[in-house]
Amino acid sequence: MIIKTENNKAWWLVLPVFLLVAFSAVIPLMTVVNYSVQDIFDQNNAYFVGVEWYREVLRDPRLHDSLLRQFIYSFSVLAIEIPLGIGVALMMPTQGRMGSLCLILLAIPLLIPWNVVGTIWQIFGRADIGLFGWALNAMGIDYNYASNTADAWATVLLMDVWHWTSLVALLCYSGLRAIPEAFYQAAEIDRASKWAVFRYIQLPRLKSVLVIGILLRFMDSFMIYTEPFVLTGGGPGNSTTFLSQTLTKMAIGQFDLGPAAAFSLIYFLIVLLVSWLFFTTITYMDKAK
Amino acid sequence: MNMTKRKTFGITLYILFLLVPIYWLVNMSFKTNEEILGSLSLWPSNFTFDNYMVIFTDSTWYSGYINSIIYVSMNVVITLLVALPAAYAFSRYRFVGDKHLFFWLLTNRMAPPAVFLLPFFQLYSSVGLFDTHIAVALAHCLFNVPLAVWILEGFMSGVPREIDETAYIDGYSFPRFFGRIFLPMIRSGIGVTAFFAFMFSWVELLLARTLTSVEAKPIAAIMTRTVGATGVDWGVLAAAGVLTILPGLLVIWFVRNHVAKGFALGRV
Repeated sequence: MIIKTENNKAWWLVLPVFLLVAFSAVIPLMTVVNYSVQDIFDQNNAYFVGVEWYREVLRDPRLHDSLLRQFIYSFSVLAIEIPLGIGVALMMPTQGRMGSLCLILLAIPLLIPWNVVGTIWQIFGRADIGLFGWALNAMGIDYNYASNTADAWATVLLMDVWHWTSLVALLCYSGLRAIPEAFYQAAEIDRASKWAVFRYIQLPRLKSVLVIGILLRFMDSFMIYTEPFVLTGGGPGNSTTFLSQTLTKMAIGQFDLGPAAAFSLIYFLIVLLVSWLFFTTITYMDKAK
Repeated sequence: MNMTKRKTFGITLYILFLLVPIYWLVNMSFKTNEEILGSLSLWPSNFTFDNYMVIFTDSTWYSGYINSIIYVSMNVVITLLVALPAAYAFSRYRFVGDKHLFFWLLTNRMAPPAVFLLPFFQLYSSVGLFDTHIAVALAHCLFNVPLAVWILEGFMSGVPREIDETAYIDGYSFPRFFGRIFLPMIRSGIGVTAFFAFMFSWVELLLARTLTSVEAKPIAAIMTRTVGATGVDWGVLAAAGVLTILPGLLVIWFVRNHVAKGFALGRV
């Protein structure tokens, strides 16, 4: 840990970032706040309506439904990807050419544009031209992600696991590499079981990267838009329409600026709140030990 | 021995799971549409480059790749230029509001792009930047800059302070020290950061599509063109998809040693 010196001139170094982020985050955010409290008919006719839009949006069943779906989705994603990611990291070869090759292969899904991820699974899952859909149907499972809700959910989840488990795995891999060899030697002398090594040496050491992994996966899955949009278009019905898509429909599709802005702010606050809750719980648990 | 075998088996299985959908896309990109729709084959029977030729000969197609690469490169450069000094400040000094500023930066990483869609559109239109590469590059800074500052700060904290002090005693000015001594010391960190900035800018579609219409339209948005009156042109769609994977592969190939080193430091 580096001892930092007090120096307010350091602000000059931070200034470019500050200005850039102010331009690309603060101004747009203030615009959203502005919209959310006004009823705008045209350029010269805007009326202050206070919290009216918020009240309307909070009562909107579309928001309730997609919020519920969003939470189910994000928690399923976390429940599958975090254990799987740890498992993959544990199985990876630790050094040499095979190690680097695994790193590169694992990183491939992360570097594919999100709409192409959707396209890949759209093709892969189709019963007529896709290997996956064709194989399932050949095995006698009536699988069609475009018309069956359960199939659509399964495909969207599988796609997310395919797409993002690598990130968790890579993070855990870097955490595992940071454990000194002496720890394992000590465990061997104590004749610790594989499970004990995992539970009392590896897992505690993985905690900091897991916090990053869980936070990133929560935030990103909570904002997911492109992949399900390409794959299922939010259907069948509205069954895979998540928050971002509901919002985009409202803002761009119907141009309901007021409600969409209020929706945006509530959405942002939920992400912040859950991330904050998670973060403080972890740090609190740390202190309690 | 048994354990190692099981591990190898497990990781091979997982990598197969990752590669099979991609294999299917590549396989399809070399087929004619008749073959794609006609029967299921594991290997193209009439091996054809036609789908790729469609993309390489039509400027409305390949300009999409050029546009994407232009704004992604711009974004990586801007991100590094502003994030490097800021990360240095965060790793070396305490100053008024430093913790708040750091946290506020990170909250921008948590902002759903859908929230910023409309205001971005209006902001960039009003300053005359709509449909330019720089608009997309700036918009992507929203999530890339906080991440870059975060990663770089970690790498910089790993460099002992004594190095800075020795350099100043030796008469180095700050810019000279920063460029000549400090940056080479954290080049792995810069490689990893550039990799992440490239990755998140390359894969993003929602903002890039909203902020452009003709001149700077990204390839991801152009791909929707394959859906025509006669149905989807699956072969060309697959070929376009394969071509979007290649730049990512190139980048990871070039930074693989830096990334491996970054992982070894436990700092990614």
